[in-house]
Amino acid sequence: MAEKKETAKRTRKAPSSQLGHKPQWNKLRLPETDQGTVVFSTDPLIIKNHYEIDYIHSYAEDSPFFIGLSQGRLMGSECTGCRYKYATPRAYCMECGKKTKWIELPLEGKVHTWTTCYFGSEAFLKETPFNLVLVEFPGINTLLLARMIGVTQEELRVGMKIRAQFRRNSRFDPTDVYFVPAEPVTKREGTV
Amino acid sequence: MRPVYMISGGITKFSKANPRQSFRLMVKESFDYALRDVPMLRRAMIDGSVGSYFSDHFTRQLKAATMVQDFLGLCPKPSKRIEGGGATGGLCFQAAWEAVASGRMDCCLAFGFETMSHVNTWKGNEFIALASDTNFDYPVGGFYSGYYAMMVVRHMYEFGTTVEQLAMVSVKNHKNALHNIWAQKHLDLTIEDVRNSPLVAYPLTMLDICTMSDGAACCILASEKVAEKVCPNPVRVIGIGTGTDAMRMADRPHGEVLLLKHEDPSWYKNLKYPGVHSFRAGRNATRLAYEHAGIENPLEDLDFIELHDAYTSSEIQTYEDLGLCRYGEGGKFIESGAPALGGKIPVNPSGGLIACGHPVGATGLMQAVFAFWQLQGTVAKHNNGDAKIQVKPKKKSRPMRGLIHSHAGTGTYVTVSIMESTS
Repeated sequence: MAEKKETAKRTRKAPSSQLGHKPQWNKLRLPETDQGTVVFSTDPLIIKNHYEIDYIHSYAEDSPFFIGLSQGRLMGSECTGCRYKYATPRAYCMECGKKTKWIELPLEGKVHTWTTCYFGSEAFLKETPFNLVLVEFPGINTLLLARMIGVTQEELRVGMKIRAQFRRNSRFDPTDVYFVPAEPVTKREGTV
Repeated sequence: MRPVYMISGGITKFSKANPRQSFRLMVKESFDYALRDVPMLRRAMIDGSVGSYFSDHFTRQLKAATMVQDFLGLCPKPSKRIEGGGATGGLCFQAAWEAVASGRMDCCLAFGFETMSHVNTWKGNEFIALASDTNFDYPVGGFYSGYYAMMVVRHMYEFGTTVEQLAMVSVKNHKNALHNIWAQKHLDLTIEDVRNSPLVAYPLTMLDICTMSDGAACCILASEKVAEKVCPNPVRVIGIGTGTDAMRMADRPHGEVLLLKHEDPSWYKNLKYPGVHSFRAGRNATRLAYEHAGIENPLEDLDFIELHDAYTSSEIQTYEDLGLCRYGEGGKFIESGAPALGGKIPVNPSGGLIACGHPVGATGLMQAVFAFWQLQGTVAKHNNGDAKIQVKPKKKSRPMRGLIHSHAGTGTYVTVSIMESTS
């Protein structure tokens, strides 16, 4: 934006060189602008340096997982060789190297481990505190990372029965699925 | 492979923010420190370098290692950058070892740095979390402290590890740092202090977690020929090991323990390994390094350890990976006092990452520098005359040995390197 504005201004107040008058060789100057820099300190000189980018990101071979979330389904992978079952998409088996096929995961599972985050990366700071869980599903060899709502740090526990829920308006990211308690919530007895 | 020696090292004092020095100048300061320690080594004798820094986001300068190479006056000699998350420094040390062991170089500089103060702490946490799967893990709440918290919650569930045991690691490492002038934090803490500091991700508090920092470190590795010529008391690198694990910890298997020589399979009949409670990469790195160095029993054959304690929990988990105790007994191990200064095997006599800070690319090399000074017996010389943290050799029957351990995100890359005194 800022860049465009500056260009426009430059066109309006075009220096004589652009109007066909050739300035004297010793009277050359860049046009002055109102663009400045945020300065934090001058000893040493510390300035603000902005950076932003949009990616054209493809989920490529993992796309069906995210499409599945938008349809209320959890898609995992099963090895066509050793039958190892993954709770995440893996196009090829980590154990034996064979190709996997898509399988539908159960929508109920248990908390394998958990935490409550009181701080976070900048992008998630405003959502704190939030719970993270690794979910174990019956008959599946690996876990799934997800958010969990409806419980506090004092109530969450390893082994708690939980159920998948899906956003109605999909974002096509892994937060389209989150988990809620599938059993009455009480205060936890032990530390975890 | 031919023998490789470490002949010198240098570090800057790590700090939360060092805006007065660019990454080039910080490396230069640590390099000059290392050169002053071996006055007979001329810069012309250095055949090349390996540079390490973790994140292009923090530096916002691609090919930053090239800028260090030219700043140090080492062009047109060979150089390359090594990157491997938190283990970047440890991998850099091993890459320099490879350069000398293979015969490609007679003298190789390993340098590392990070400038993490260039963004705010929570943006920095975001950059670090980009070193987790950005399709599946980062968007869910990508935060490394959260990942490690989940790992230790499972450790607590499986083995009964307590939050007080975690706090003991912080107390120990901060206490050691009281006698290390290079440490960033000099805190005399109690278990209550650690537990009462703000919770970051249950059960980890601010004092369970290391600080993002600015800093640099250098190690100079050399062949026997060069070491003999320029260094009166070089330290020999006798073991190198590396391991890996799946980026998404959700994908890690629940299978059998990778055993060390002194371990018995009957110990782990009912343990599903590594799950998310243990670091298989750490165990694999250990196995390879012990094999290479001929370590039969670490408690007998090693004199001290500098390990990657980015979290108090990962120090406890790493005791187990290194075979200092059985899997599951890490909590009891810290409680026993074994890893304290003067204990059975001092762990992090420097104060570790928790007290010194963690400018990622420099960290693994900082550990090598501390280990080098320990094995030379020169801690006091580099520490304003204070020899309180100088570890004494355990046995006269063998040379003194130290182990350094560098670790990347939830244990995705881990390096273990073992060094031995020659004096």
